Amino acid sequence: MEHGAFGDQSKATFSLTEEDHTLANAVRFTLNQDPRVTLSGYSIPHPSDARVNIRVQTTGDPASEVLKDACQDLMLMCRHVRSTFDKAVDDFKASNGVQAMKIDSKE
Amino acid sequence: MAEQEEKRDDKKGEKFSIWDLPDVPAKLPPHIEFQRSRVLCNLDAPIHTENVTYGGAYASMGVDNSLQLDNFRKNFGVEVIRLTKEDMEFDLIGIDVSIANAFRRILISELPTMAIEKVLVANNTSVIQDEVLAHRLGLIPVIVDPRLFAYMSENDTSNGKNTIVFKLHVRCERGEPRMTVKSNELKWLPNGSELLLESKPDSNPESKPRTYTSFSCSQDSLPEFSNNPISPMLDITIARLGPGQEIELEAHAVKGMGKTHAKWSPVGTAWYRMLPEIVLLEDVEDEDAEKLVKTCPVNVFDIEDIGNGRKRATVARPRACTLCRECLRGGEEWEKRVSLRRVKDHFIFTIESTGALPPEVLFTEAVRILEDKCERVITELS
Repeated sequence: MEHGAFGDQSKATFSLTEEDHTLANAVRFTLNQDPRVTLSGYSIPHPSDARVNIRVQTTGDPASEVLKDACQDLMLMCRHVRSTFDKAVDDFKASNGVQAMKIDSKE
Repeated sequence: MAEQEEKRDDKKGEKFSIWDLPDVPAKLPPHIEFQRSRVLCNLDAPIHTENVTYGGAYASMGVDNSLQLDNFRKNFGVEVIRLTKEDMEFDLIGIDVSIANAFRRILISELPTMAIEKVLVANNTSVIQDEVLAHRLGLIPVIVDPRLFAYMSENDTSNGKNTIVFKLHVRCERGEPRMTVKSNELKWLPNGSELLLESKPDSNPESKPRTYTSFSCSQDSLPEFSNNPISPMLDITIARLGPGQEIELEAHAVKGMGKTHAKWSPVGTAWYRMLPEIVLLEDVEDEDAEKLVKTCPVNVFDIEDIGNGRKRATVARPRACTLCRECLRGGEEWEKRVSLRRVKDHFIFTIESTGALPPEVLFTEAVRILEDKCERVITELS
């Protein structure tokens, strides 16, 4: 990963290799939600390079810290999604297990 | 129902003034909240399709649009609608489209599976060419947990950790009718390849003959496979043989990802749609009600009896709505009566697995991959 910042720490472009819209769009969302961010966006310079550039401009905090926090937020959200999903699936399996047994007993 | 009444009132009171709001409003005025959370599907085109992601978008109204993790945890929900071995449907409620889309993209292109990559053809006298046959074999799902295998990089040799070998040897005898070769004929070789490499003349004749793979031990001696042998998806037609034709080949399956080739995609497909919401802005009664029920091809509407022999249309099955907008086509008066919307943060997610892993495991793996991506960026930044 390259890090393009000259002097001013609050503006930077991060170049992530082996990433695409999947991560960049999700990170742009969490970045935009952060009140410290004045501008964020991403671009894919060439479709056949596996590379995305993420631009972050902040109100003063170092851009790399803000990007790190955005990734942290996204990770915590994913973790919550996973636990909620696992619980929902378990509940569904438990309740449908009961239903399946009822159908069997009728036959 | 009460909620619907409320929305009807919102629509009527269109002359809403921002000055009527209290000094520090706790929530957005109804028309802006509507734009934020709904896509309105008009007859010509949907409007309010964009998402407002900027956290300070409503700062002037004293409303914080930024994402608070606690709020997310409170509002987020998952509801499983259908779950079978092959597919599942569930609702993701209270999540942004960018994250739902990341899950979808990962499911299609970044979850690893095993698929046939190399085909060694010993004999093929059928009418189907070697390369076409190899392509067909590649697309057959291999029913095995890919987490038990490692990727094979360029310099690796095929071994028991990264390769699954299948053998196919079928022959249609002369005088027999034409036969269909199904994927059931692919036989798993737990000991690896049986085809011998050409040995160099100076090599030691005593040593074991070398094959195209070097398995250190038989795969079926491993606890994971001893009781459930690896097999491809059954009952898929590979080729048809005429009398006297024969196919003899060996197929090597390796681990890969859908972005390299779709044969490694673990899902038939994975998609989501936003939850449809249909609101009748005014009461639709009697003949109009019956007309409305008839126009909808997926039976979204129902009729309820409101006494005195009068009937009123109700929205019974909004989830079935396909957004065909047939109900709006009856003329301008219908556009005023019926309002079709989509809820922006409610996704009906469907996953169809190809069989290697059950769909619920695929989704949790996809979420885990997004977590890993974030973690990679965090470690590289610190």
